[in-house]
Amino acid sequence: MIKIKNLSFSYDEEVLNNININFEKGKFYTILGPNGSGKTTLLRLISKSLNVNKEEIFIEGKDLFTIKSKLLSKKMAMVPQSTEIEFDFSVEDIVLMGRTPHIPRFCSESEEDFSIAKAAMEMTNTLKLKDKKINQLSGGERQRVIVARAICQDTEIILLDEPISHLDIHHQIEIMNEIKQLNENKNITIIAVLHDLNIAAAYSDSMILMNKGHVHSFGTPEKILNEKAIEEVYGLQVYITKNPKTNKTFVMPF
Amino acid sequence: MTYLQKKGYYKRFFMAGVFILLLVVIGAANFGVADISFKQTAMIMMSKIPIISTLINVHDIKATSIIILLQLRLPRIILACLVGAALSVVGASFQGIFKNPMADPFVLGVSSGAALGASITMVFLKEIEFLGLSIIAFNAFLGAIITTFLVYNIARVGRKVPTTTLLLAGISLNYLLSSIISLIMTFNREQIERIIMWTMGSFSTGSWKEVYLLVLIVLPCIVLITLFARDLNIMLLGEENARSLGVNVEGLKKYILVISTVMIAAVVSVSGIIGFVGLIIPHGVRMITGPDNRKVIPFSAITGAIFLIICDTIARSIVPPSEIPVGIITSIFGVPFFIYLLYNTKKKVF
Repeated sequence: MIKIKNLSFSYDEEVLNNININFEKGKFYTILGPNGSGKTTLLRLISKSLNVNKEEIFIEGKDLFTIKSKLLSKKMAMVPQSTEIEFDFSVEDIVLMGRTPHIPRFCSESEEDFSIAKAAMEMTNTLKLKDKKINQLSGGERQRVIVARAICQDTEIILLDEPISHLDIHHQIEIMNEIKQLNENKNITIIAVLHDLNIAAAYSDSMILMNKGHVHSFGTPEKILNEKAIEEVYGLQVYITKNPKTNKTFVMPF
Repeated sequence: MTYLQKKGYYKRFFMAGVFILLLVVIGAANFGVADISFKQTAMIMMSKIPIISTLINVHDIKATSIIILLQLRLPRIILACLVGAALSVVGASFQGIFKNPMADPFVLGVSSGAALGASITMVFLKEIEFLGLSIIAFNAFLGAIITTFLVYNIARVGRKVPTTTLLLAGISLNYLLSSIISLIMTFNREQIERIIMWTMGSFSTGSWKEVYLLVLIVLPCIVLITLFARDLNIMLLGEENARSLGVNVEGLKKYILVISTVMIAAVVSVSGIIGFVGLIIPHGVRMITGPDNRKVIPFSAITGAIFLIICDTIARSIVPPSEIPVGIITSIFGVPFFIYLLYNTKKKVF
């Protein structure tokens, strides 16, 4: 689905160095790593928010460098880190903006666009908010609206940059469950940057652990999350066990 | 309620706006030293509309009244109407692409840039009738586009254009350009009155020639900007969001900047610098319609037209027989509003 080949990137200093990853269709990926390890930069390069060079990232075999932004926006949606919106658009307006890539220049939204937006709002439990102003919502509600917009965009890939870092535990789980549902029911490929190792372990099929601009390791949560790797990457001593309820890998610092 | 569900409602509202605009045009034509009644005014105007004209008899109206109305007042009013619409639409779209409520062609110095380009032409190249008008317009355009480019690049910090640096860059360039215009005035005393009238904005020289020029430039430009109203909405969500929704951010910025600058140059070359219209009108409209540019842009055009016709009518009839520059009237309305906005930024109206 997405293939990254010898990708390096620098602002002033080198941020990413020789990254090679192959993302498969329909899987749930998380990117982990300490602050400044290049997670967000990697996601921004995949979403083409930052300029990529030729033959570094391929989407379904096509070089991302040559894909037009309009076409890309039909394949890939992005939920950015900061979702603060200062303007008092209604929630429904914001969700409908997700239809933009599908609406031709001289047309308005069709009935179909409205029903897609409605379904997206139902899925994220935001339908009751639809007439509220976006800048009057709480952080958790706003985040769900942005996820609804990404769903409305109707793409095969959704990228999320720390979608739950500002939320309380209840909303964290709620949003992760919604994303997992999309992944399972609609076979959407998910790539999410997360900070919480245990939430990442509970939801993802595969993990990319990054350190100082390199891929430290890449594989299933059981394989990636071990005492040695966490010590190396985070400089932290941990005890690894299984969550007794879900039997997923569980990391406990001590 | 979303835009589409309310579309019918807004259409009716817009038609009402057009109707009010027509009334204001007739009403404004009615004002002036020569006494022409409202009924006569309406009759003379209708006699010029192709089909209706057969039903209208203007023989019992004095010929001088007809000439005053058709050759003096009407072109001037239509000019004010077009300029008001253009300034407001440019203000609204600048605020959209800069994502900044203070962006306005006057505050950003673009109008002064155009004015400098035009005054240099007026002083050094003199005027050669219609060709002269187009040279003035072209040089105004050059002045405007160079200023826009300068302000944008001075104010830019990385990828963002913060409010403070944008305002500072705009205001300081504005001062510089105004000083250069004053300098030109001092060295060319025979032109001084003309340039003063012109740096403060005036429609006193308005004739049908200018109206045609503006109709050809302003109306298509407003349509071109309206086509991109939805993209402007998405720009308000921030550039990263806009990009992921398939908006070509850099391209859109350049497109809007070029069209706006063309409009400002055309407007400034016929009316001089008229400040604050581009600031007050879009904000006033936004307070009522909300931030959706598909509403803000057309309603700004209509409201701006009405506003400027009223201001110009005040400017030419408050101290007869002389007249005050219309820029003074718009500033008297505009500056208190600007201060109110600065004071009230906590209450996000934008």
